[in-house]
Amino acid sequence: MNPAFTIPAFGPLLPEIILAVGVLVLILFGAFRGERSVEGMNIIALALLAVAFLAVLMLPSERVETMAGSFVVDGFAKFMKSLTLIASACGVILSMDYMRRERIARFEYPILIVLSTIGMLMVISANDLIALYLGLELLSLSSYVIAAFDRDNVRSTEAGLKYFVLGALSSGMLLYGASLVYGFTGSVSFPVIASVLQGNVGNGAIFGLVFVAAGIAFKISAVPFHMWTPDVYEGSPTPVTAFFAAAPKMAGMAMATRVFIDAFPGILVQWQQIIVFISIASMALGSFAAIGQRNIKRLMAYSSIGNVGYALIGLATGTAEGVQGVAIYMAIYLAMTLGTFAVILGMRRGNVMFETIDDLSGLARTHPVMAFCLAMMMFSLAGIPPLAGFFAKFYVFAAAIQANLVALAVIGVVTSVIGAYYYLRIVKVMYFDEPVERFEPMAPGVSFVLVVSSAVVLLFWIVPAPVVNAAGAAARSLFL
Amino acid sequence: MTVTAAFFYLFATITVASGFMVIASRNPVQSVLFLILAFVNAAGLFLMMGAEFLAMILVIVYVGAVAVLFLFVVMMLDVDFAELRQGFLQYLPVGGLIGIVFLLELVLVIGTYVVDPGLIRTSAVPIPPAEVVTNTEALGLVLYTRYFYFFQAAGLILLVAMIGAIVLTLRERVGVRRQDISKQNARTQETAVEVRKVPFRQGI
Repeated sequence: MNPAFTIPAFGPLLPEIILAVGVLVLILFGAFRGERSVEGMNIIALALLAVAFLAVLMLPSERVETMAGSFVVDGFAKFMKSLTLIASACGVILSMDYMRRERIARFEYPILIVLSTIGMLMVISANDLIALYLGLELLSLSSYVIAAFDRDNVRSTEAGLKYFVLGALSSGMLLYGASLVYGFTGSVSFPVIASVLQGNVGNGAIFGLVFVAAGIAFKISAVPFHMWTPDVYEGSPTPVTAFFAAAPKMAGMAMATRVFIDAFPGILVQWQQIIVFISIASMALGSFAAIGQRNIKRLMAYSSIGNVGYALIGLATGTAEGVQGVAIYMAIYLAMTLGTFAVILGMRRGNVMFETIDDLSGLARTHPVMAFCLAMMMFSLAGIPPLAGFFAKFYVFAAAIQANLVALAVIGVVTSVIGAYYYLRIVKVMYFDEPVERFEPMAPGVSFVLVVSSAVVLLFWIVPAPVVNAAGAAARSLFL
Repeated sequence: MTVTAAFFYLFATITVASGFMVIASRNPVQSVLFLILAFVNAAGLFLMMGAEFLAMILVIVYVGAVAVLFLFVVMMLDVDFAELRQGFLQYLPVGGLIGIVFLLELVLVIGTYVVDPGLIRTSAVPIPPAEVVTNTEALGLVLYTRYFYFFQAAGLILLVAMIGAIVLTLRERVGVRRQDISKQNARTQETAVEVRKVPFRQGI
């Protein structure tokens, strides 16, 4: 008994297939060459990510479903996948020098980054709850391991363990919600769920939706599921923190957008209030809790919580303009966060990494270029025109006002003014405090990331069209 | 019919009894052995319901892997179970509460089914009766076709688990004598045997 079965189209999965096959080759290579191969492995991993990036660019822009409807490629997936691949590649570049000097360079690191990237791409393209969960687990499991990568360091292992325990809890919540949604709609597929959940739906599906939202909020570290973020960001090795702040956020926001817009469009009113609440809570906590921080990695953790709040404003609108705002916000957030972490990775004298804000004092006199770049990142994160961060906030606030969420936009503006305080304090410490000793010169890979992200942040206002148009096309592809 | 009922009561009684013995037994090794007995009988119950795939998985995974692993841990590690048991009365209220909640849930589920069997809606794709397609066959039909993508994704997740365990725990141990076969084969009589002249009545 062999029912007719047609082999699904593999073309849309090309980036994932390239990475998966490549990672298997990398594992074999690493197993035979051992630790001598670390440098080469990093280069090969970067090449793999670059090839996957090209494959993503070559994907069709119209919506294509394959794997019996479990996997979807559209303009939105293309846009977010490109951002994710850039973030992962930067995660590898930033780690190369650091891992070697901290004597934790091992060939598994690029392998785990690539595996986690496969998970992110799968999450972005997930078109049913099972694919979503599997992609998310692949992404999370690799993340838990790389959080504890510096395994002889107590803080790093603590970060890994915390992340694992809380991550398992959130996966459980997501699964519970998914099982309820499946039970009340009879399908795991997003389009079918969307067609069943129209108009006045029962409480059961809403209950499931709340749990799904909780699981997703954990992954993007939105309040009230943010508790793990500061500890994990502080404890993990710095390049890992940079990776966590960049790549999984892209995938997480893409996942949130696709789940809410694709699977639950008929009950916008019900999920809108959830998103509005976690957005306001994230923005407020990101602004207030960061004020007292002395450790710059912890500060960036709170900053990322706040930024997720701003991006969620766009999602809360539930319109194409809002999703466009989310996509633009994530692209610009990527540049800002990678640039900031490049500077943090440059804070090194001898074998000691410095992590407090006071270590930056007088940076403007000892390292004028580095100080200028960081100052631009901080002004941009604070949302000061004409830097990129202003436009990121502008698009989400504009979408919120168009969707009659004026109160949300006003709260966003107020919290971003409060948040400006701690960003500007870093600028003040760099420019007006007495200089301390010089840091060592930056590693070439780190300064490359810093230069590119500074260029994006500084020059975005001159040529915004490519990003804005691409994000607009990406957003519209979700609303066809 | 009576035979089925007899077997049901046999399996069910042994499952419950051995489940009780798992927590009542003083010796942890006996607890694990009772756990295995409970699993095997639960597998028998599954088999009677026509869920033969679940029954086999229960035996292979839980008895074959998990319980044996438990047994290993219990025997290898010096865990003082008597000490772990000391807070028994202290945790009794919380444990009892969870037990009652669980019981209520079960009663609700079964009660709903008894009151209105039609409430459990049929799924989008109806399940064919066991005479047409058995469990294992049904799984086999979709696992490598419809769910091919999920199967591969699960494989990658297991790969991550393996790599993760190695990354976090494998250490290069120093001072371990390893067998080096080429070195052993390269030994000759000259390098391996030393001829000493032993002085009479003195030793070396």
